[in-house]
Amino acid sequence: MQYLDNYLQSKGGYDYTNVKRNELMKAQGFKEIPFTKTGTTIVGVIFDGGVVMAADTRATAGSIVADKNCEKLHPLAPNIWAAGAGTAADLHHQCAHFNAKLKLQRLNLNRQSRVNEVITKLTTKLFPYRGHIGVALIIGGIDSNGPQLASVSPHGNYVYHPFQSMGSGSLAALGILEAKFQDGLTKQQAIDLAIEAIEAGIFHDMGSGSNVDVVAITKEGVDYRRNIRQFNAKSHQKQIPYHFPANNTPALRKYEFNFEKQELSEIGQEMEIIE
Amino acid sequence: MYIPVNDMLKHFKQDAPAMANITHKSDQWSPYHDNSGTVLAVGIPGAVIVAGDTRLSNGYNILSRDATKLSQLTDKCVLATAGQYADFIALRKFLQQRLQLYEFQNEVQASTETVAHLLSRELYSRRFFPYYTFNLLAGLDENNHGVVYGYDAIGSYDKMTYGVQGSGQELVVAVLDNQLKGYNKINKTIPQTREEILDIILDCFSCAAERDIHTGDNVEILIITAAGTERIVKPLRKD
Repeated sequence: MQYLDNYLQSKGGYDYTNVKRNELMKAQGFKEIPFTKTGTTIVGVIFDGGVVMAADTRATAGSIVADKNCEKLHPLAPNIWAAGAGTAADLHHQCAHFNAKLKLQRLNLNRQSRVNEVITKLTTKLFPYRGHIGVALIIGGIDSNGPQLASVSPHGNYVYHPFQSMGSGSLAALGILEAKFQDGLTKQQAIDLAIEAIEAGIFHDMGSGSNVDVVAITKEGVDYRRNIRQFNAKSHQKQIPYHFPANNTPALRKYEFNFEKQELSEIGQEMEIIE
Repeated sequence: MYIPVNDMLKHFKQDAPAMANITHKSDQWSPYHDNSGTVLAVGIPGAVIVAGDTRLSNGYNILSRDATKLSQLTDKCVLATAGQYADFIALRKFLQQRLQLYEFQNEVQASTETVAHLLSRELYSRRFFPYYTFNLLAGLDENNHGVVYGYDAIGSYDKMTYGVQGSGQELVVAVLDNQLKGYNKINKTIPQTREEILDIILDCFSCAAERDIHTGDNVEILIITAAGTERIVKPLRKD
């Protein structure tokens, strides 16, 4: 009932009850749970007859690499792919949600999905959340209006441009793109340019790393190359392999569970912690 | 989880008209920067091995791929520092000058124990505006056995057989505990030779570079013995 009173008293369109609650919780000492961000480099490049998108494969949680080879290119429709930077969970769930939504629409209308539909749906969802859904996407595809490439920011802003980059490595990649992009590239030239831009992000931005994934979309279909380039293999192979012989770890207590009798019993002798 | 709803309602009623203007405390300027990286040192009878990666970073940017974190202070001891690079430079300058003065006045170089104490006092002299440095002082003692002293930012120090500091500390120290001290092993097989220990150190850095974004580029290793100092540089991941 108190919650209802709270709710009825809120003026304006947005309900900020949880913000106050979070601040109070923080003041009481509840620690904020850090979320996995992808700290990324993603790029998109339009070429003559289609669009190419590329991404690195490192996912970070703070300054630790959480995943050395994650997938940042998500399919939204057979002719539309998204490259995502930002919070990993948000990206995964939002892309899966829009993939399903677009599929339903295609089944209902019996028409190919268009990039501008995706942009509209995304931005109308993201704006009310004031940027708290942390997805920064590059959407690329080919539809009845030709090859399309747009980027969407977490607050719901979108931009159409022949080349885009997002993520923490976007500035490194943008330098390459600004210098080398031209109109009328061929598919192979666009792929090479995209890989070079991601490489710049991988080596000069510490939030990006490992390998490069590329997807090229044309009227003929989708060409998805997972790990088209692999950099930075582990630098040192240990000469003398680690040796962990069996039964060398002290177990303080050992129990045995007998399934037939459904009994738990202690076996062996209790050991002491060995420094 | 206890959430005092009545208190919250009180707050909410007071602030309701101003709910839209939520201001955040502005970011204050800080005199400290973490230039990160990892250093480690291991002491064995007859030698001490000190290693540090050579990446200098600031946030997500790489400032240098070739910046040393190791500094040889006397023939027998090396300072390895992780943390703020500017404070490392300042601390190194002070120690070099003070030890040169010591050598002029006493006609002999300071022993590792003396340098360790000097470093502790210098760090504590800045108790209320600390050097943002996490140090390891590695050297040969009077019997030419390798010894490592580990420090916190304000000069508390302790003699150890091995130590790790920096952004990759948590990733590496557990491996060294298991391999160099035999933690959690019944039959402890501790590596004795220099080659085995170098192998472990290189592997530790290689693994730290895999999972810590601030560690990488190259690893610089100094091996101090009574005969002199040897320097090895090996490449690490550059991404």
